Amino acid sequence: MPEQLAFALEVTANGLMAGVLYALVALGFVLIYKASGIFNYAQGVMALFAALTLAGIMDGQVPFSHLINAIFGTDIHYFGWNVPAFMAILLTMVVMIALAYAVQRLVFRHLVGQEPIILFMATIGLAYFLEGVGDLMWGSDIKSMDVGLPQGINMWIDETTFETLGYGFFIDNLDIVASIVAALLVIGLVMFAQYTKQGRAMRAVADDHQAALSVGVSLNFIWILVWSLAGFVALVAGIMWGTKSGVQFSLSLIALKALPVLMLGGFTSIPGAIVGGLIIGVGEKLFEFLIGAPFLGGATENWFAYMLALIFLVFRPQGLFGEKIIERV
Amino acid sequence: MKLKLTTLALGAALAAGPAMAELVFPSLSYRTGPYAANGIPFADGYQDYFTLLNERDGGIGGEPIRMIECETGYNTEKGVECYESTKGEGALVYQPLSTGITYQLIPKATADGIPVHSMGYGRTSAKDGTVFKNIFNYPANYWDGASVAIKHLLDINDGSLEGKKIALVYHNSAYGKEPIRTLEELSEKHGFELSLLPVDHPGQEQKSQWLQIRREKPDNVIMYGWGVMNQVAIQEAANIRYPMDQFIGIWWSGSENDVRPSGAAANGYKSLTFHNVGDDFPVFADIQKYVVDSGKAAGAGDQIGTALYNRGLYAAMLAAEAAKTAQGIHNTKALTPGQMRDGMEALEITEAKMTDLGLPGFGPEFQVSCENHGGNGLVAVAQWDAAADSWSLITDFVQSDQDVLGPLVAEDAAAFAAESGITPGC
Repeated sequence: MPEQLAFALEVTANGLMAGVLYALVALGFVLIYKASGIFNYAQGVMALFAALTLAGIMDGQVPFSHLINAIFGTDIHYFGWNVPAFMAILLTMVVMIALAYAVQRLVFRHLVGQEPIILFMATIGLAYFLEGVGDLMWGSDIKSMDVGLPQGINMWIDETTFETLGYGFFIDNLDIVASIVAALLVIGLVMFAQYTKQGRAMRAVADDHQAALSVGVSLNFIWILVWSLAGFVALVAGIMWGTKSGVQFSLSLIALKALPVLMLGGFTSIPGAIVGGLIIGVGEKLFEFLIGAPFLGGATENWFAYMLALIFLVFRPQGLFGEKIIERV
Repeated sequence: MKLKLTTLALGAALAAGPAMAELVFPSLSYRTGPYAANGIPFADGYQDYFTLLNERDGGIGGEPIRMIECETGYNTEKGVECYESTKGEGALVYQPLSTGITYQLIPKATADGIPVHSMGYGRTSAKDGTVFKNIFNYPANYWDGASVAIKHLLDINDGSLEGKKIALVYHNSAYGKEPIRTLEELSEKHGFELSLLPVDHPGQEQKSQWLQIRREKPDNVIMYGWGVMNQVAIQEAANIRYPMDQFIGIWWSGSENDVRPSGAAANGYKSLTFHNVGDDFPVFADIQKYVVDSGKAAGAGDQIGTALYNRGLYAAMLAAEAAKTAQGIHNTKALTPGQMRDGMEALEITEAKMTDLGLPGFGPEFQVSCENHGGNGLVAVAQWDAAADSWSLITDFVQSDQDVLGPLVAEDAAAFAAESGITPGC
């Protein structure tokens, strides 16, 4: 096989994997937008908050220790124990559900019926608030995320591709795990929406919340459920991205990677988030490999992702899988 | 209304009064935001050293020090706001702690007659004091870093880089692009092939760059990164099994924060530095006694001895020594920013002086002059030991290639002088 073709195939495979990681972030946006029409600007910060909480619980860190020490003159930072990853994930999920409850009760319940831009502004406020609370709770230092996920080159793929194609492909074990987790997540979410009572209620609210309300569906419950699911997705994204780069405040910027995915896949489609992520991932990586690095000096991925999304928008304003809005006079 | 105005006037008079009798050092820190993990240790080190001088020595030359901390969030606009809101307090010197803020403050501080010390960042050609009269960037700058990285690679390759491939992975910003010109000149001089790999901000996704490195197999990788870009790059290097001892970062890619997330995989990674590492210096015992134990530490006391804490402490030490020099030159305890500038321009750091300060071998010896605001360009290489969870210096402080850098600094400074209408001179 020609060397350049082998390189291109390797880049494509890595683009697919990167796309899955983008899609993981985009999924959280889709869940909330689909059920409540809110574009949740805080989704990236939720991933950060979830990852900080998980890392803090695993390390046995005392929440708000800096604040407690400053007020009471104490010097406590750690409980002195480590929590196993699985238990810590469950505890973090409890925190994310509590957060969903608080967000719904304290913020969005009071904003029902407001213009979408008001709701969007509220999520901007929520993002900055959560970032501050995360800082106060767990501190600003960079934490390691070690829930036992494998990292580094997959030797089997490297050896197999070397034997068959003459060039060993690099695929990160973490990306493979992320792909499997994303697939399970999408299957789980779709099954939940299709086959459970709460899932059907969620879809009913997404279709027409006034009609859903009239047949006895509790809007408050559904919105808490949706924010909790988005919190779970944020936790999964936080684990994957946190394992890659450590848990730090830049993690909230992964939302920037999800925006072109949403523009391309549509704001209301779970499969759209996945397909959009894959297209963006492969598109930006291949463009960088074929054109960006050799002819444009590199670092084209960020803007190319948005340009690709814009091109799709011109032809399908609702995104690939988004619902076409038809308004009749 | 009259009462309010009287109260305000009285308050202002009271506030202005003591400021004139103190040495005011603003600290433009970033304890919040995406780069807080780096900003906190630097700010703690900077503050703790001045607290030590106040508590142990009663200030500098008997004159108490007043710190004004202003939060920039590593945001250029906020940094400029901090400057504007604190300069009237009698600020003696600014450490902008950001290349973006430094570029904004160069014309402002020059017009206001306040010195700026951009230590290891900012505009490299500020080394030329005949053009940048109020800006100082001693003891080393980005170009010194690039040159010493190449010198180190020469040392470990039997003095020749002929035919070698060296890749520069850099933050795609004005900061990250700083070493390119220097490395291009050095590649011509030493015959190595240079490839450039920009990484867009913030740098969380670098698969393309590291796949390219895996394909092209450079002999060495130099990194000018910042924040999350560093951690991701070191992890990606580990993922593709790039030898860590062939990977060397600038000092902003060389803190504990950058290597710890990768765990044992980061072992052997190298970083340039213009100050020493660790806490095995007498001054730290004094900091423990006078600052931490007395509950006056800037932070939780858990950053002491880290790379960035040491950098903050070193910056404060250089500022204090410049203030002492200024007090000697002008025969006064209370200083104006102009007098502080004179002290910075006459600063000389010797081993004997550092030993007296409880910092033997902590930094390079250097001398500042009107023509040379950048010191002697001495830089060392540190290496990360993951098992010991610590950095250690593996070289002495060695001088950068002044034959190559001198003309580059002169050229860039001359261009700035021409566009700004400055007549160079001392």
